[in-house]
Amino acid sequence: MIHIGPYIEQFINWLTLHFAGLFDAIKIVVESIVNGVEWVFMFPPFYVIILLIAFLAWKRTGLGVTILTLLGLTLIWAMGYWAQTMATLALILSSAFIALLLGIPVGIWAAKNPMAKKIIRPILDFMQTMPAFVYLIPAVLFFGLGKVPGAFATIIFAMPPAVRLTTLGISQVPEDIVEATRSFGATSRQLLFKVELPLALPTILAGVNQTIMMALSMVVISAMIAAGGLGEVVLKGITQLKIGIGFEGGISVVILAIILDRITQSFGSKKVKISD
Amino acid sequence: MSILKIEDLTLIFGKEKEEALSLLKKGSTKAEILKETGCTVAVKNAAFEIEKGEFFVIMGLSGSGKSSLLRCLNRLIEPTSGNVILNEVNITSLGDKELQDVRRKEMAMVFQKFGLLPHRTVLENVAFGLELQDIPEKEREEKAKKVIELVSLQGYENQPTAALSGGMQQRVGLARALANEPEILLMDEAFSALDPLIRTQMQDELIDLQKTMHKTIVFITHDLDEAIRLGDRIAIMKDGEIIQIGTPEEILTNPATDYVSSFVEKVDRKSIITAASLMFEKPTVAIFRKDGVEGTLRKMRSSGLTALPAVSTDKEFLGFVYLKDILEIKAKGHHTIEAAIISDIPVAYPETTVETMLPFIAENGRAVPIIDKDTRKLLGIVAQTSLLIETTGASWENITGNSIDNLQNEIL
Ligand SMILES: Nc1ncnc2c1ncn2[C@@H]1O[C@H](COP(=O)(O)OP(=O)(O)OP(=O)(O)O)[C@@H](O)[C@H]1O
Ligand SMILES: [Mg+2]
Repeated sequence: MIHIGPYIEQFINWLTLHFAGLFDAIKIVVESIVNGVEWVFMFPPFYVIILLIAFLAWKRTGLGVTILTLLGLTLIWAMGYWAQTMATLALILSSAFIALLLGIPVGIWAAKNPMAKKIIRPILDFMQTMPAFVYLIPAVLFFGLGKVPGAFATIIFAMPPAVRLTTLGISQVPEDIVEATRSFGATSRQLLFKVELPLALPTILAGVNQTIMMALSMVVISAMIAAGGLGEVVLKGITQLKIGIGFEGGISVVILAIILDRITQSFGSKKVKISD
Repeated sequence: MSILKIEDLTLIFGKEKEEALSLLKKGSTKAEILKETGCTVAVKNAAFEIEKGEFFVIMGLSGSGKSSLLRCLNRLIEPTSGNVILNEVNITSLGDKELQDVRRKEMAMVFQKFGLLPHRTVLENVAFGLELQDIPEKEREEKAKKVIELVSLQGYENQPTAALSGGMQQRVGLARALANEPEILLMDEAFSALDPLIRTQMQDELIDLQKTMHKTIVFITHDLDEAIRLGDRIAIMKDGEIIQIGTPEEILTNPATDYVSSFVEKVDRKSIITAASLMFEKPTVAIFRKDGVEGTLRKMRSSGLTALPAVSTDKEFLGFVYLKDILEIKAKGHHTIEAAIISDIPVAYPETTVETMLPFIAENGRAVPIIDKDTRKLLGIVAQTSLLIETTGASWENITGNSIDNLQNEIL
């Protein structure tokens, strides 16, 4: 029998031992981002936040989503889960933000470099097929319990679509446009920022949407390592067999998911027509 | 002076370029090399020079390597061997920065599929090349607006390009290239994607523009008619090789290979072939004051002609003399031929095309005199038969006396 487990364990231990300083630094950065965002959401009275989100929904989508936003968020508040919802929202948005910050450049790199693409592809497949629970272990070993390991696991789980769709978007830019740009003496930087990224934007935004939704799907799992928020509510319902509480937490997650999905989708759907 | 010089340029696609290159040197064919190494020889030992201000057309069927050759000129594709020399600078050995500079300032390209940026307006597209050079927005928009006028796109400045028709899009493409004020325009089948009508219109406009711009243009096409309309010179490519370079007329009148002839057959020659290439240079003439009535009659008798061009002693064209007139004045006792010279005769110049000479065909079979525009000296004559053969494309063998009459009737 072969056990690769011990080697992985050794590797993780070696990392924790030698990179303790690095992990501490990461912890401080991630923690301040998450807390900062949470503070922004919790500072104003709840109705201001509701109205702001509803306004965004109104601007970006239709009447339906706006009404759903108003009713849904009010319901969450009425059920008494406002703080948890804002904590979850902060965790999701910060994790997604970091996932995009890392994922988009990696996606660009993969689109530009066939070798990089060959290496990154299987890693992404691995990241996405690995049961999300498994990420909890290194997360806890590196960062202990709390929001930071929750964010860590969420970032890893949510990053692949950002990478994939960025790569896709850039490789879909028509070859003749790239060629024309090069023929006018563009540097690779100009090509990327003036042509490839703008043309890939709709696809990249689809990646942003997917990343946020993936992050949302980690809510309950990350609550297992004390990340808090709505996940904790659901978890309480499960562990204490309180159907009511579990259900209320679940509904809050669903409401949040629909609102986030519709609003972020609206950015991606502003399709730029690409001439063939 | 040649602005662009291509020296022994070879382009091979595939992994085993070195091997393919050495096989090529040993004289293997494109097909053999493909079979042995899996490499495609896209361009084979191309060598030619393009003059400043010349409209140079590269013509060939699909897959003959035209686009590949063109892309070697600005190194969108790296040539496998050989040199491209622009104004004495070897483009092939330039570093990235200098190459960018060449692309920005000296060579601009127009593409078959336009290659416009769909997320930008017409103005932004036209100014794109200038933007890449970090020229301030105000200045580049001013320049772009001027070029937009040049290609008649006024009023479309703020339209997104995706909404424009093909012809309009290609105007944007052309304007974008012109905005950089390049010395050389590279045009890869720039009009091939357009409807025939729009295409002809764009060709005309390009010809007009070229009259004032005097750019050096390298234009790719797979259409010989287009090549002939536009080109000062045409290079014909087949399987990566340039098999003939010449003026449209040279190619039509003197095709280098059967392959070229097979192309040329289908072309409407009347608008291309000029008097110069049909001209018979040493016609029998009656020289006024030297040949009297008797001398002229003798010349007519020995040549079997009933009409001769009359020239002065310094070869200036005076008109035609006809046998019946000569006989008439002889009976009246004239000694010089002056009274018999008919000066009201249409003349042509060496560069006059067959098409414009056609109306000169007269019933009595008189040849068309070709004279020098400035000195009015007679350079030669074009026989009516030559004109008829050129117009019908028939060869000597299948023209009998009878059919010439028929043709003549048709044309008149
Ligand atoms: N990137 C490439 N990789 C491999 N082979 C290529 C590549 N580009 C062109 N070729 C081959 O090189 C040869 C010349 O192609 P090229 O595109 O230059 O021809 P073309 O004369 O421009 O044809 P067309 O009229 O279809 O545009 C063809 O045999 C083609 O298959
Ligand atoms: Mg081509």
